[in-house]
Amino acid sequence: MSPMARTAPVPAATDPAIIRNFCIIAHIDHGKSTLADRMLQYTGVVQSRDMKAQYLDRMDIERERGITIKSQAVRMPWELDGTSYALNMIDTPGHVDFTYEVSRSLAACEGAVLLVDAAQGIEAQTLANLYLAMENNLTIIPVLNKIDLPAAQPEKYAAELASLIGGDPEDVLRVSGKTGAGVEDLLDKIVRDLPAPVGDPDAPARAMIFDSVYDTYRGVVTYVRVVDGMLHPRERIQMMSTRATHELLEIGVSSPEPTPSKGLGVGEVGYLITGVKDVRQSKVGDTVTNLAKPANASLPGYADAKPMVFSGLYPLDGTDYPVLRDALEKLMLNDAALVYEPETSAALGFGFRVGFLGLLHLEITRERLEREYKLDLISTAPNVEYEVTLEDKKVVHVTNPSEYPTGKVAEVREPMVSATILAPNEFVGAIMELCQSRRGVMGGMDYLSEDRVEIRYRLPLAEIVFDFFDILKSKTRGYGSLDWKADGEQVADLVKVDIMLQGEQVDAFSAITHRDKAYAYGVMMTGKLRELIPRQQFEVPIQAAIGSRIIARESIRAIRKDVLAKCYGGDITRKRKLLEKQKEGKKRMKMVGRVEVPQEAFIAALTTDESKDKAKK
Amino acid sequence: MPSVLPLGDPAPPDGLLPAAAAEGAEQRAFGLYVHIPFCAVRCGYCDFNTYTATELGGGASQDAYASTAIAEVEFAAGAMLASGLPTRPLSTVFFGGGTPTLLPAEDLARILTASIRAWGLQPGAEVTTEANPDSVTPESLQLLADAGFTRVSFGMQSAVPHVLKVLDRTHTPSRVPEAVRWARDAGLAVSLDLIYGTPGESLEDWRYSLETALSYGPDHISAYALIVEDGTKLAAQIRRGEVPEIDDDDHAAKYELADELISAAGLGWYEVSNWSRTPEQACRHNLAYWRGDDWWGIGPGAHSHVGGVRWWNVKHPTAYANRLGSGASPAAGRETLDTETRNVERIMLEARLNSGLDIPSLGDTGRHAVAGLIADGLVDPVAAFKHRLVLTLKGRLLADAVVRRILPD
Repeated sequence: MSPMARTAPVPAATDPAIIRNFCIIAHIDHGKSTLADRMLQYTGVVQSRDMKAQYLDRMDIERERGITIKSQAVRMPWELDGTSYALNMIDTPGHVDFTYEVSRSLAACEGAVLLVDAAQGIEAQTLANLYLAMENNLTIIPVLNKIDLPAAQPEKYAAELASLIGGDPEDVLRVSGKTGAGVEDLLDKIVRDLPAPVGDPDAPARAMIFDSVYDTYRGVVTYVRVVDGMLHPRERIQMMSTRATHELLEIGVSSPEPTPSKGLGVGEVGYLITGVKDVRQSKVGDTVTNLAKPANASLPGYADAKPMVFSGLYPLDGTDYPVLRDALEKLMLNDAALVYEPETSAALGFGFRVGFLGLLHLEITRERLEREYKLDLISTAPNVEYEVTLEDKKVVHVTNPSEYPTGKVAEVREPMVSATILAPNEFVGAIMELCQSRRGVMGGMDYLSEDRVEIRYRLPLAEIVFDFFDILKSKTRGYGSLDWKADGEQVADLVKVDIMLQGEQVDAFSAITHRDKAYAYGVMMTGKLRELIPRQQFEVPIQAAIGSRIIARESIRAIRKDVLAKCYGGDITRKRKLLEKQKEGKKRMKMVGRVEVPQEAFIAALTTDESKDKAKK
Repeated sequence: MPSVLPLGDPAPPDGLLPAAAAEGAEQRAFGLYVHIPFCAVRCGYCDFNTYTATELGGGASQDAYASTAIAEVEFAAGAMLASGLPTRPLSTVFFGGGTPTLLPAEDLARILTASIRAWGLQPGAEVTTEANPDSVTPESLQLLADAGFTRVSFGMQSAVPHVLKVLDRTHTPSRVPEAVRWARDAGLAVSLDLIYGTPGESLEDWRYSLETALSYGPDHISAYALIVEDGTKLAAQIRRGEVPEIDDDDHAAKYELADELISAAGLGWYEVSNWSRTPEQACRHNLAYWRGDDWWGIGPGAHSHVGGVRWWNVKHPTAYANRLGSGASPAAGRETLDTETRNVERIMLEARLNSGLDIPSLGDTGRHAVAGLIADGLVDPVAAFKHRLVLTLKGRLLADAVVRRILPD
């Protein structure tokens, strides 16, 4: 067993031969953060008494959801056979929405710890990240976590892992992040099995950005892996994709608090501070070089993040619009993948159309806006980007159904994904049924083990952005997992369905759907609105239409009585308070023509959950 | 009054009113409400502040209640005088409950006499008591008339036995015409209180109740839609599915029927739920509530209003008796209305009356809303041409919605 290192290698003066760069690939709740915490503790970079559960996940939402969104890198010393090594643990985002960020984190490493819950086995997203790691030629160390759990089945899942990546089930390490069992062995194995980084110390400096975080006090903190040469404080650096130059105000390593150093050399991982305020000036995947002695070619693999899912975000209270605008601006500083532009909805007022990497990205962003900026928001049903070609050959990109062109449409193309679903084999029928109903085309199916299958489908992205994952989870009693990646586009028979209240179109409820599903959408939405919109002083017809053709209709009968019969014994106060409450309620109504629609109706109509909320108020 | 009191500011123990309450008091009528918090049985729909005989003791008992109420009458007269208010003779007195006639007529007379002693009584003043048809006799009604009562309001509710049963009313329908006759013989004006929309009541049941009530020739009719209040036995029965839910559309149809039949019998509406044979026979005490006049409410849980100050007494009869026993005000809380709130209340209350609202006195929102209200058939156009906002039949059914449309945003 290895002792804690007595002397830690000094940054900027560390031989690449004693550096090990690794990441941990794991599914959301498979215990990555707990294991990382234990490593920090055993290597002595965090004292036990300072230990916060899940030290590396800084944001509250991350800690609560157990999801790592923004990655970081920590330098830890570890001694083996008399030599002190520098271990850089690069924390990767764990979710499918952040595939690009994951791939850049992986590119900064030579090896990956593949961490799998010994009670649950590998999940689809982990497989996807494992695939990315193998593509990056990383050395994989398979590890089963949570072996202390009574439900753990280490033999079964060790065999599953061995069959996936090759090797002997006996070589799969067994640890418990919770009790610490096996963690020191794992640190030893990282030193022994992972290759040291290789680079040219005399070449012009090249460092890859694998993360970029906005800090209120320091501005943007950029995390880099140095490939060639060396970076020093005070010198001028250049971002190779944008050609922007900055002065390197500070350079250092995290262990785990930021510690300035005299520089970073080949194979080292650390942070840079240049005083810029916007993460867009320090993009993940970009290459940093020295302005005085620039590199000829940037490192491979840079790509701009591309939003896939769009949703309108509107403040419930119209006066909060400036707050929302400022909040989005601030979030953007920390999230290079977030894009938005102002949008106006007749029904919802002023808001923004926001582009996200995926649904989780949307949810997290929305939650942060509500929590950190105290905003109450309505988000419209998520959309994908359609490419509409008109008969005059004009091409329009549509991210909001209300922008769907009214002219003669020649062709509509929609984005496609290839999806991988892992689940126990008893759910195959249910999964196929779900995917077929979402216009999926099956690509194949394999058994991962005796009772677990991998099912591959090609599906329109639009069919999975709304409620697909929730339904998958419920149809597989929580066992199904999903991974997807963009997979081109296809021509489809799509139409725009409008919803009208008393003849007035409600833009927030318009949807682009497949022609075969338009009727179902119309019936569903008109029915839902009939339940949700209170009766008015006049009859309100609700219609669904494709163009001028009505495909579904409902009607809300006029209210006939809205008067309190009497004031009890002169209790005027009670009556007035009731009136004040009703007036307050009226303020929270949005007017669609003459129809008062409660905010709650918008929220409920735009929410996936159709089954509940039927109970009468 | 409902059993839940509003939240307000603390009320001072000396019961003194702010100086502003006295402003212009000479021009305002002054009335007295006397709450009698007793019932023989508690009705399933009722959430009023009332108790059965066996529930209370001490100063709160039925025997001692008249003396306790008189203590508040004397306290009230003293507090108003000390607050700089002129002593105004009572224009209206109203005994409500509970069931006032559960107390011996002598007790009611004693309270009235003490009140007249404290403030005096205007010539032609209206003095009403509510009564259960079961708890009056020719003798008791005559005693009340002799003491100064001018009017009796019988809680008839319905003429249909199965409806009365759901309401837990104990009287037999045949007692009503008898009681009406006795009241007339004693020289009292008669009002009948009806309730519509009771679960299980058909439109024909309601028609029968209306026709029966009208056949007794009352001077005044109040018809109130049944409201299911939280915490009542009826609310629990509905929740458990033992009786059907209340349906607003059914209420609307019954209100329209009431207005049709009552009007045909020669009574006219003067407030959303009230009709009288002549304008003079409208309940003036009731009108005082809608017009923002001054009144003092005697009794546990009673509400008062004097010059823009509203307050309400502690709810429980024992706490109420104890307060008065120690010489303190029985008020539990109060609020002082600012100009804006008084305006909101004025619009909210006067909109319910057939005299309507003065359109020029409405704010911009209200004045601009009038045309739309006429277009929707909620406001009488002819009255509007004369600058009065008066509700149509449809408008009366949607009175609260109309008020929300004319109030400033």
